[in-house]
Amino acid sequence: MTTATDATLETWASQEYKYGFVTDIETDSLPPGLNEDVIALISAKKNEPEWMLQWRLKSYRHWLKMTEPTWQNVHYPPIDYQSIIYYSAPKQDKDRPQSLDEVDPKLLETYEKLGIPLQEQEALAGVAVDAVFDSVSVATTFKAKLAELGIIFGSFSDAVQEHPDLVQKYLGTVVPYSDNFFATLNSAVFTDGSFAYIPKGVRCPMELSTYFRINALSTGQFERTLIIADEGSYVSYLEGCTAPMRDENQLHAAVVELIALDDATIKYSTIQNWYPGDKDGKGGIFNFVTKRGKCQGRNSHISWTQVETGAAITWKYPGCILIGDNSVGEFYSIALTNNHQQADTGTKMIHIGKNTTSNVVSKGISAGFGQNTYRGMIKINKGADHARNFTQCDSLLIGDKCGAHTFPYIEVKNSTARMEHEATTSKIGEDQMFYLNQRGISTEDAVSMIVNGFCKEVFRELPMEFAVEAQRLLEVSLEGSVG
Amino acid sequence: MLEIRNLHASVEGHEILKGVNLTVNAGELHSIMGPNGSGKSTLAQVLAGRDTYKVTQGEVLYEGRNLLEMDPDERARAGVFMAFQYPVEIPGVNTAYFLRAALNSIRKHRGLEELDAADFLDWVKDKMKLVDMDERLLNRSINEGFSGGEKKRGEILQMAVLEPKLAIMDETDSGLDIDALKIVARGVNTLRSADRAIIVITHYQRVLDYIVPDFVHVLIDGRIVRSGGKELALELEEKGYAGVEQKNAATEPITS
Ligand SMILES: Nc1ncnc2c1ncn2[C@@H]1O[C@H](COP(=O)(O)OP(=O)(O)OP(=O)(O)O)[C@@H](O)[C@H]1O
Ligand SMILES: [Mg+2]
Repeated sequence: MTTATDATLETWASQEYKYGFVTDIETDSLPPGLNEDVIALISAKKNEPEWMLQWRLKSYRHWLKMTEPTWQNVHYPPIDYQSIIYYSAPKQDKDRPQSLDEVDPKLLETYEKLGIPLQEQEALAGVAVDAVFDSVSVATTFKAKLAELGIIFGSFSDAVQEHPDLVQKYLGTVVPYSDNFFATLNSAVFTDGSFAYIPKGVRCPMELSTYFRINALSTGQFERTLIIADEGSYVSYLEGCTAPMRDENQLHAAVVELIALDDATIKYSTIQNWYPGDKDGKGGIFNFVTKRGKCQGRNSHISWTQVETGAAITWKYPGCILIGDNSVGEFYSIALTNNHQQADTGTKMIHIGKNTTSNVVSKGISAGFGQNTYRGMIKINKGADHARNFTQCDSLLIGDKCGAHTFPYIEVKNSTARMEHEATTSKIGEDQMFYLNQRGISTEDAVSMIVNGFCKEVFRELPMEFAVEAQRLLEVSLEGSVG
Repeated sequence: MLEIRNLHASVEGHEILKGVNLTVNAGELHSIMGPNGSGKSTLAQVLAGRDTYKVTQGEVLYEGRNLLEMDPDERARAGVFMAFQYPVEIPGVNTAYFLRAALNSIRKHRGLEELDAADFLDWVKDKMKLVDMDERLLNRSINEGFSGGEKKRGEILQMAVLEPKLAIMDETDSGLDIDALKIVARGVNTLRSADRAIIVITHYQRVLDYIVPDFVHVLIDGRIVRSGGKELALELEEKGYAGVEQKNAATEPITS
């Protein structure tokens, strides 16, 4: 039965996307298209060592033999990889700005508008930001302060120049160049991203964060992030993403690799707010992302937290390879699909070491015509004695034109494993809405109250400063004209 | 305060209310009794603004305003409260958080300052004593896993916190043991005041020993067939609805 309340909920169009503006800035771009020359050009622009170029070319040649995956539960028109611009960067007078004072004011203004002031004196205390604009990192704050502790934090391109040994040692060790269609493409053409190294025994005193912004037309963003937490270190990292409103789709294919050595902890949080397309499903970012962490050392700990509210299509499965004994992998996710958004997301936890633990909490929210799929794989290898997994996978439906789907894959090769899986699907009931309304709470507030309640366990995992932001983002993504 | 005139309401094409007339003034406590399925909850829900029920005829004035034109949350902010016959569970939403949001939306409407978490806690703790409710329930999700009696007491607690002008209690006494019944009655009696009206929907005369009504109405098949003072409840107890209805055949229905 469709009641008026249901109808109200269903007609909720997402509120206007706040980050849809375009920065008018002169760019240095390559023509659209992909071939070995383009890759050589990207590599040359970045002044890369020969091994880096060879790695890119090896990836590209492998990619040519691969086919785009079709198993995911999302539908989109074919992507023409020859019509994408693989490199676009704001023009700079010098090669790269050496300090924040040299950054183009237009860029500073852009980030200001996005709520990310890059001037250190105005910046959010306790958060160091690397700002990636299209294909390049334009600024990194608090770099010097972090360096005092031996922490390396900055753009991937800088790391290739300044710490080639570390990059070469770890690049592709978690997500191999041949991993999957999108990761392999990224390995060939990636342009920038963030790099962090936390030395032995250091607890990183501030949140490290990267803000990704797609600006230029027809460009793809292919960023690459590598974070290494050496023995006994701790780091909490956060990424945020936005893009202008455009009628055509833009591709974002990123790779993130995390490595945690003995007793190290990495907390990686994402607030993904790419342009989702308009309410009829026109435009929006195609977000095909490979994120994986390797718990290499004993007692290491990697925790993924994601709040995915944007993008027309989201395809990502942040996972953990639990190699070290007693290591812990966690995945906390909120994925919201409204209007015509589609998300196929989940995690992959591979238990190899003894006494390894993985926790998975997934909250999918579907509204409008949104389609939300949870896809999770838990694999317990033969040697993984006493491995434990807990998976909780909840779906919340708002209205009755949206969908929620769950595909859990479980592979257990060790009889001492303890597995727990819980799944629920619920609908915001007309009776629940009426109950809250009857107590004086408006429909909008009632929806956000129920949604926030539903997501509580994941919000808890976010760094304080961002939990509030995430909560607000969910509200905005659901908000609209209430009749 | 409330004036219901010739109210007809239907659900999915079935007419449930077939011309209800009722006037309730501030300071009065009315009891509505009637057999299962006669339309008592329907009346309560129509007054609260549930859109499952379509009003096909008649009008309802609340403090001189057309109540039927107001959204449910607007009605609530204007002072209309309904204690649900079946309180709804809302997983994940903390009861204290919810109740503070509700109170603040109403206070805001009344031009009062909103309460912060600490002030609210003081406010609610007093009220919890009134209904003898365990404070720990405040930290649980709304009604989730509450026992039947806890849910009913929770409704009274909410009523006490929100201080409505017009409270409609749909079978709040059902499913309560005698001690709980007395507690609920205490809650209701404390709230009785010259500027507040209360409508108590019930099946049982026994609750009226504790909450003494000014008027009793008998609702049968979507109409109020008789109205009277508290003695009417006793007569009902004795003769049953059939007996009362027969008498009605000879007399015009009275409205208070
Ligand atoms: N949502 C609905 N859909 C279909 N029928 C309904 C609905 N709500 C109420 N009814 C019908 O309307 C009639 C009156 O129901 P109502 O709940 O108002 O009765 P009541 O007097 O409160 O009964 P009880 O004493 O059992 O609580 C019943 O026949 C019921 O089945
Ligand atoms: Mg009823």
